[in-house]
Amino acid sequence: MVERRPLFSLFCHIILILGILSIAFPVWVALVATTHENTAFATGTPLWFGDLGFSVFSDLLSNQSTFNNSQLPITQMLFNSMVMALCITVGKLTISIMSAYAVVFFRFPGRMFAFWIIFFTLMLPVEVRIIPTFEVITNLNMLNSFSGLTIPLIASATATFLFRQFFLTVPKELFEAARIDGAGPIRFFIDILLPLSRTNIAALFVITFIYGWNQYLWPLLITTDVQYYTIVMGIKQMLGVVDGLIEWNKIMATTIIAMLPPVIVVIAMQKAFVKGLVDSEK
Amino acid sequence: MSSQAVFKNKWLPVALISPQLLITAVFFLWPAGQAIFQSFQLEDPFGLNHEFVGLENFIHLYNDSNYLNSLFTTLKFSISVAFLAMISALILSAFAEHIVRGSMFYRTFLIWPYAVAPLVAGSLWLFLFDPTIGVVAELLQWFGVNWNPTLNSAHAMWMVIITSTWKQISYNFLFFLAALQSVPKSLHEAAAIDGSGPVKRFITISFPLISPTSFFLLVINFVYAFFDTFGIIHAMTQGGPGRSTSTLVYKVYNDGFIGLNLGSSAAQSVILMIMVALLTVFQFKYIEKKVAY
Repeated sequence: MVERRPLFSLFCHIILILGILSIAFPVWVALVATTHENTAFATGTPLWFGDLGFSVFSDLLSNQSTFNNSQLPITQMLFNSMVMALCITVGKLTISIMSAYAVVFFRFPGRMFAFWIIFFTLMLPVEVRIIPTFEVITNLNMLNSFSGLTIPLIASATATFLFRQFFLTVPKELFEAARIDGAGPIRFFIDILLPLSRTNIAALFVITFIYGWNQYLWPLLITTDVQYYTIVMGIKQMLGVVDGLIEWNKIMATTIIAMLPPVIVVIAMQKAFVKGLVDSEK
Repeated sequence: MSSQAVFKNKWLPVALISPQLLITAVFFLWPAGQAIFQSFQLEDPFGLNHEFVGLENFIHLYNDSNYLNSLFTTLKFSISVAFLAMISALILSAFAEHIVRGSMFYRTFLIWPYAVAPLVAGSLWLFLFDPTIGVVAELLQWFGVNWNPTLNSAHAMWMVIITSTWKQISYNFLFFLAALQSVPKSLHEAAAIDGSGPVKRFITISFPLISPTSFFLLVINFVYAFFDTFGIIHAMTQGGPGRSTSTLVYKVYNDGFIGLNLGSSAAQSVILMIMVALLTVFQFKYIEKKVAY
C-alpha cells in the first residue's frame, strides 16, 4: 500500500468478497440442493438447506442408492478416476524426468532430434487428433483398459521442459563433486538430482493430477464398458436421462464429490500449484 | 551448453529417453500422420474403400456453410470468453493487489475453480440455468427474459460462455496478480506524491506495464476456449440448439465419431493442428521477449 485510504481499502475488501461469493454461488446452490428431496425443485429451487442433511451423500457413497440409469456405483467410478489420475501423474513425471535427465546430462546421437520430437507433442493435443488416435488404440487392442486410458496421455513436453530447465541450473561443481566421490549416473540421479527436484515434482504433481482427474474426451472415446467409467463421465451419463426425472439432488451431490479431490489438492498444495501453473506456461 | 558436464555412457540415455519417444511416436506422430493422410482420402464409413481425392476434403469444408458457421461460432465464443474472463480477473486482481492483509485468503478462495473439470462445471451451471428449476433462470424470468437455452440459440451461447468464463477467471487472476505485484512500488509512490489516486495510477502505470502478461493471457484464453471447453459444451448443449454452440473441436468429435465422416473429420483435425501450431509459435514468441515479473 502506497498511501493510507481506509475507505478505499474497505471498498477493495467488499469487491473481493463479492467476487468470492459470486464464484462460489453455483457450489452453494448445488450443496443446498443435495439436502432437499428431488420433488422440492418443482416449486422453485431453494437457497437454504432442507432437512435431508448429508443423507444423499452417505447413500451415494455407501452405494445404497443408485441412479435410474447408472449401472456402476459411485465408489467404483471414484476408484477409476483415482487410478487414472494417479497413473497419469506418476507415469508423466517418471518418463519426463528420465528424458530430461538424458537430454541434459548425456551426449548421444540424435539428442536434439529427440528433444524436438518431444517438443512437437505440444502442438498435438488429443482434441485435434480424435479419430486417428482412436484408431491407433483400436489397432493396439487398448479399448476399455486402464492402459488405454492412461498411457497415451503420459507423454508430456511441458513436464520434460520444466525438468530440463531446472537441471540446467544445477551447478557443475555439484556434478563434479559427485563424480569424484565415485557416483555413477544412476546414483547421482537418485541421491542428488531427485531430492533437489522436490519442489518441481510437487508443482507438476498438482497440475498433472488435476489434468488426469478432469479428463473427459479421452475416456469418452475409448471406454464403452461401464466398468471403466470415471466419475466425470458418470455425471454426463446421469444428466443424459432422455425420459424420466432428472435426479438433481443426486447429480449435484455427485458433482460435488467429483470436484472435491482436485479442489482439495489445489488448496492444500497452493504454493506448489501456483509454481506449477506459472512454470509450466513459460 | 558445451560447459555442461556430462556422463560418458552411450546406451543409458537412450534407454532413459526411449519410453517418452515411444509413446510420442505411437500416440502422437502416428495418429497425426494418419490424420494428414486421411484428409486427402475419401473413405466409406465401413473403412472398406478409400481413394485419393487431393484437396477435395478441404475444398468441401471451405464450401460447407456448417463448417464456416462453426468457425464463426468458435470465434464468437472464444472472444467473449477471453474478454469476460480477463476483465473480471483484472478487476479482482487490481483490488487484491491493494490489500496488505488477507490477500492470500482471497487468493485461496478465488483459485479453486481452476481445479473443476469442464464437464463438472457444466453440470453445476446447468442446474442454475435449467429453464424450469434453475435459480438464475428464475431471476432472468423475473426480469422479463423468456429464458430457454434448449430452444434459443443466443441463450445457449451465453450459458456456455458464462460457464467457461467462470472456470478461467482463477487462472487469469493468478497471472494478473503476479504481474501487478511486480510493478515497482517506487513508480506508485512517485505518482502518489504527485497527487494521483489509485484508479489513475492503475490506468496510467500498472496497466501499461503488465501488457505483456495481458497479451500472453489472451493467447492462453484463446487456446482454452478453443480446445478445453469440449466438456462444458457436451454437458450443457451438445452443440445445440441447431448447431449454434458447436465449436470446431465439438464438430470434429461429432462428424468423426458420431457421423463417421472420416475424411472430413481428418481434414478438420489438420486445420486444428495448424491452428495450435500457430498459437504455440505465438506463445513462444512472447517468451523470447521475456518480461520480468
